[in-house]
Amino acid sequence: MNTESVERQPSRLDALTVTVERLAESVFITPTVLALLFLSIFPLIASLYVSLARFKIAKGGFTLTFVGLDNYKKLFLGTDRTHFLGAFAPSTPLSWVIFGGVVVALSIFLARYLLNARISIGGLIGRILLTLGLGGLTWMLTHSIWNGGRLGTLSTTLVYVFLGIFFQYILGLSLAMLTVQNLPGRRFFRVVFLLPMMITPVGVAYMFRMLTDTSKGPFTPVWQALGLIDFSWVNNPWGARTAILIADIWQWTPFMFIVLVAALESQPVEPIEAATVDGANPWQIFRHITWPAILPVSMTLILIRLIEAFKIVDLPNVMTNGGPGTSTQSLTLHAFINWRALDLGGSAAVAYILLFLVTFFGMIFVNLIRQRTVETL
Amino acid sequence: MNTKKMLVKLLTVMIIFGVLVTACGAPATEAPAPTEAPPVATEAPATEAPAATEAPATEAGLIYEGVTVNLLTFVGPQVAEPLQRRGPDFTALTGATINVITVPNSDLYQKALTDMATGTNAYDAFLFAPSWIVDFAPAGYIEDLTSRVEADEALEWNDVAPFFRDFNSYNGKVYSIPLDGDMHMVYYRIDSLAEAGLEPPKTWDEYLNVAKTLNGTDLNGDGEADYGSCISKAPQQQSYWWIWSIAAPYIQSQGNTQGAFFNTKDMTPLVNNEAFKRALEVYKETGLYGPPDETNQGVGDSRGLFISGRCALTMDWGDIGTLAIDPANSKVIDKVGAIVTPGSTEVLDWDTGKLVPCDATTCPYAVDGVNHAPFASFGGWAGAVNAAADEKVKDAAYAFLSYMAQPAQSNADVVVGATGYNPFRISQFTDQQAWLDAGFSQAAADSYLGGIEASLNSPNMVADLRIPQNQKYIQVELDRILSEYIAGDLTTDEAAQQIYDAWEAITEEVGREGQLESYKATIGAK
Repeated sequence: MNTESVERQPSRLDALTVTVERLAESVFITPTVLALLFLSIFPLIASLYVSLARFKIAKGGFTLTFVGLDNYKKLFLGTDRTHFLGAFAPSTPLSWVIFGGVVVALSIFLARYLLNARISIGGLIGRILLTLGLGGLTWMLTHSIWNGGRLGTLSTTLVYVFLGIFFQYILGLSLAMLTVQNLPGRRFFRVVFLLPMMITPVGVAYMFRMLTDTSKGPFTPVWQALGLIDFSWVNNPWGARTAILIADIWQWTPFMFIVLVAALESQPVEPIEAATVDGANPWQIFRHITWPAILPVSMTLILIRLIEAFKIVDLPNVMTNGGPGTSTQSLTLHAFINWRALDLGGSAAVAYILLFLVTFFGMIFVNLIRQRTVETL
Repeated sequence: MNTKKMLVKLLTVMIIFGVLVTACGAPATEAPAPTEAPPVATEAPATEAPAATEAPATEAGLIYEGVTVNLLTFVGPQVAEPLQRRGPDFTALTGATINVITVPNSDLYQKALTDMATGTNAYDAFLFAPSWIVDFAPAGYIEDLTSRVEADEALEWNDVAPFFRDFNSYNGKVYSIPLDGDMHMVYYRIDSLAEAGLEPPKTWDEYLNVAKTLNGTDLNGDGEADYGSCISKAPQQQSYWWIWSIAAPYIQSQGNTQGAFFNTKDMTPLVNNEAFKRALEVYKETGLYGPPDETNQGVGDSRGLFISGRCALTMDWGDIGTLAIDPANSKVIDKVGAIVTPGSTEVLDWDTGKLVPCDATTCPYAVDGVNHAPFASFGGWAGAVNAAADEKVKDAAYAFLSYMAQPAQSNADVVVGATGYNPFRISQFTDQQAWLDAGFSQAAADSYLGGIEASLNSPNMVADLRIPQNQKYIQVELDRILSEYIAGDLTTDEAAQQIYDAWEAITEEVGREGQLESYKATIGAK
């Protein structure tokens, strides 16, 4: 038997095996791809169409009529404008100063890029969009946050996101720093600090609704002692927003805490020991060793919370029903209320704007902040 | 070889197990009961807790044996509670299982509509606002119940007050069965007003005066300052109904065919005028004499405060009357008076948009110079049947709704505060014995039933809005703008203008002519 000749001439079985193996890749991957398309891309396209349409009850079912950009127009220029963007107060010297400062900073940022030798079309478009977006948001906030202006659901969401994440990070880091020390009971407190994150957001909302109730809540004696029995958090827009922010910070600080504990514990001890031997004080150790070590984790952590925080809905819905007025409504609650009223087009339009907003801030964070911060290390 | 043996053993065990499971399983059920069944269940015993007797049985068993009715309604305990409590009784009587599914009130319309519009049809019956039938009936979502009602002697349809019979009909056909009758009234503390030498308020100005006078006084003897008025103001709750009870006497004065929501000439909203603006101001001012967090309170909160003796005045449906006699929770037993909602001595001149004084021409139905326009807000909880359900399920669903509405059950339910059901039958007003048996004093029964009856019989009563998309006009746009006004985000003029613009936008979107025709039909205008 000449085995060499067999090896030189592949049999039909071998060819079939090769074909089957090649096909198998597609066969195994196709269901996943189809599932992804079905679950992600198709709803995205379908909801885009819904945002350009009007839902109407019809005999035996319903109709979706294409209305172009009407649903978006209603939010930016129509009857829902003050609800969505807020009511703009007349400009004041302060609002001009802040807006002017931001415009100058954005102009410098754009100019520096244009003067750079490496300019790409994508990079240029991205930076122009960023400049316009941030400029517009600054104008909106400076004209609605004080002097008789009123925040809309868009700016209220930004307040929840940025103030909430700022305090969550500061508190989370402080608690993490505390519990990595060799203190008695630190294991117990690590578990205790984690508990808020385990509770369902609706439960947290009901709990804080009860806690902030000045007439029936458990803190009533405290309010009475302080002479604040006729005070209510929810009569004032900023009081209500503060109550929601406190609840949100209480719930999500543990997430920051637990990840930062892991980051702190995983940093090498040698540089710290060396710095200590060299006479560095705790602040110097934190500033020059610990902070750079936990920065990459912190950036990722903030990005995750940033994406998540834009979707806040349970707390304002349960604690205040979005009130007083619409002052505590977030974009998600705005979309939910529209959807509940069967304004499916309006709801999808708000949801799409939220999608753009999250993508916009996510891109800024990843491309400009995280990348540069980590690169400088 | 060992592996082979093990596989064979395993297979053998599996086969034996499979055979055993099959053998022990339930025997195959027989075909459903004959379909030629009478449409209505029931002569239920006339006791408070009807026993399951006199079941209409067939040779194959109970009439709806094996049928399950999925009924969607609002989260309890009120409203859903009687359905859940009486469901097992109905099952014992007919064999049908009643599965009560509850969702928050603000989700109910959307849940019902999307279920039927998308063809999901997970719900066979609904207990919802009868004003929604104008959306559901023309679309063919809900069953025309006329023939069933006509053939249903046990329902005693003619005993249902004419207003509620009409409110549950569309284009002359019955689409829902009322289990509840709703009418706003003002409740006051008899003892507190008497002590202060005050009369029950006849006008909204008097209401504000009484509230202002009694606000900050101790009304329940606990040594703490209490409130002059409790009317809830939270967004997405009931504000949009309260405002209309206040606005109605300022806007409508020429009888119930005049209308209070839109001008019957051109369908323009009756909101951007002095009358509605005055109502906005009154509603907002009541908050000055209420609890500090009233802007975040729903009707459940204001009820609780009134029943615990902390409020001198409140506005509510009929529920306060029955809750006030509950010895377990009420601190105001025999201390509560009920009156028709206050009126106004000035009414809207529809041509000029100004308020003008009442006289024989401007207020033909005025009593002592005061124009009253009681508002039948919401219209009471009513049951409807999904037209897409199986015939047998539809029969069972209708039979259950009928059973709940029949005097034997209804007369017992409307006298209990926890049910959330209020009287809607003529006999429930005329026969006071059930009320006295439930714990009302004669004076309290006279006051409570007299207040509802006077409202129902008013020739200037205002029915709730019943045109297509009424939920969007009232519960979406009016609610949002009103809550912004209450929060101080809008001035009175801005709020009135914004409601006007938002309502005009809906009317344009749906079609002005069709909306006008529909509106005129529902109020009987020509």
